[in-house]
Amino acid sequence: MRADWRGAQARAGWAFLAPALILIGAFFVLPVAAGLGLSFTDFDIYAIGDPGVARFTGAGNYAQVLREPEFWNALRNTLYFVAVGGPLTILASLAAALLVNDRRARWKGLFRVVFFTPVVTTLVAVSIVWRYLYHPHYGLIDEALGLLGIHPIDWLGDPHWAMPAIMVLAVWKNFGYTMLILIAALQNVPEELYEAAALDGAGGWARLVYITLPALRPTLLFVGIITVIGQFQVFAEPYVMTQGGPLRSTATVVLYMYEQGFRWWHLGLATAIAFILFAIMLAATLVQMRLQRGAER
Amino acid sequence: MKRALHDLTLHAALVAGALLTLAPLAWMVSASLMPTGEANTAPPRLWPSAPTLAHYVELFTRLNLARSLLNSTAVALTTTLASVLINGMAGYAFAKLRFRGRDRVFQALLAALVVPAQVVMLPLFLELRALGLVNTLWGAMVPGLASVFGIFMVRQYALAVPDDLLDAARIDGAGEFRIFWSVVLPVIRPILLTFAAFNFLNMWNDFMWPLIVLSDSARYTLPVALANLVGEHVQDTELMMAGAVLTVLPVLAVFLALQRVYIRGALVGSVKG
Repeated sequence: MRADWRGAQARAGWAFLAPALILIGAFFVLPVAAGLGLSFTDFDIYAIGDPGVARFTGAGNYAQVLREPEFWNALRNTLYFVAVGGPLTILASLAAALLVNDRRARWKGLFRVVFFTPVVTTLVAVSIVWRYLYHPHYGLIDEALGLLGIHPIDWLGDPHWAMPAIMVLAVWKNFGYTMLILIAALQNVPEELYEAAALDGAGGWARLVYITLPALRPTLLFVGIITVIGQFQVFAEPYVMTQGGPLRSTATVVLYMYEQGFRWWHLGLATAIAFILFAIMLAATLVQMRLQRGAER
Repeated sequence: MKRALHDLTLHAALVAGALLTLAPLAWMVSASLMPTGEANTAPPRLWPSAPTLAHYVELFTRLNLARSLLNSTAVALTTTLASVLINGMAGYAFAKLRFRGRDRVFQALLAALVVPAQVVMLPLFLELRALGLVNTLWGAMVPGLASVFGIFMVRQYALAVPDDLLDAARIDGAGEFRIFWSVVLPVIRPILLTFAAFNFLNMWNDFMWPLIVLSDSARYTLPVALANLVGEHVQDTELMMAGAVLTVLPVLAVFLALQRVYIRGALVGSVKG
């Protein structure tokens, strides 16, 4: 009887997995493998009509991408976005998490939902909203800054300010997600630690530095990694707000890949860009994990 | 005294943060109701002088955004229903059915999580083109049908289903599919609902893939239609804000209705993950 069950379970197991495995195989594993091959060919618009035209070019695409100033510009912009926007997102979400989680805070559930709301909104729609908010004459942001005595800035029209403007939008859009994860982690910090610290006369700042932040360290690593991974893929904001301008100051790696692949139909080259981005993201993740391990020692 | 001051600054910071967070969305709604031109005045107006729905009417009549609303709904609902079943079955099998090779396949799937979506996009486009699925709603749905993340989510939850419950059903002579349908499904329903909410919002909000795969404006989903519209109507601030409200409102409604369920999903794989 039991042996019977085992056979039935094995058959049922594979049957239950079949739809998911077939779909993932056909629309994920196969394209990734084909993409690797594609990135070593000069597949272009002519090859779309007749794939036989595409030729194997070895590492030619990779070499060409790495020679392209446009690529390095896009990479520089993306790294700027990740290196400044990432920490800003984490800082904003940490501040929000500490406020919402404060023992004396009221309406915690309400504030949590409010701070999380931008996360669920449609990125394209809110990017368009922010595009108008940043308008130098009619935008609310310059108007509000004017009350503080700051002269109007042409946020999206000035190559120095366009990327920071997109960073602020990204912080607004994403901090609620990391806040949620940090709140859950804060609730796992043992209350006795704070009580003991209070007996020792530790103030609020000392408790934050010596108890809260060390206890949050694994979670901060996790949110750091997911934030950085998400930010490396920035695309929709520059696509609808600036089209990569002004003066290509907001062209990102994924925008560059999209343009090469779907505007100029350099599919082989664009796939190589995607794999290079993948390698950079992996490296960034490993660096963060290494830094964390270094800090623990 | 010190405590009162603490409470005051704490709540002042919370309220200020909440107002800053909501301000862009509030202005979006307000501007969408302004008569034409009123959002392009200096100093900027906060409220419409005479609220009007004219821009919404224009979206549905002249601009035919009803079509995109329908497309978005079809894509998000179909993929959500299909993926709940597909990932639910797979997640349960990984958690509870014993067979050789199971854990190795699961490990391999988890490894796939590190591959960013961009790596798949170009070859997938060519593959779907060969299958005749480019510029169809099916093409927009394909990447959302099975998800490693969804399988992972269901598996973690289904691990807690007691084996005795399943064995009892087996002793009663129930087949494995019957057991899944009438014994397991009711137990794992909470996580399926969470995943459904999660998937619906992701598919609704998705931009880059539908932008790539849909080329005919009659097939655009709302985010693609909106990005296209802003190219032609960038001066019509009020109209664009009406389009933004139309796009954001359905997901906001789903989120507010299912916030507990959704927030649970956002935490899967983070704390103690």
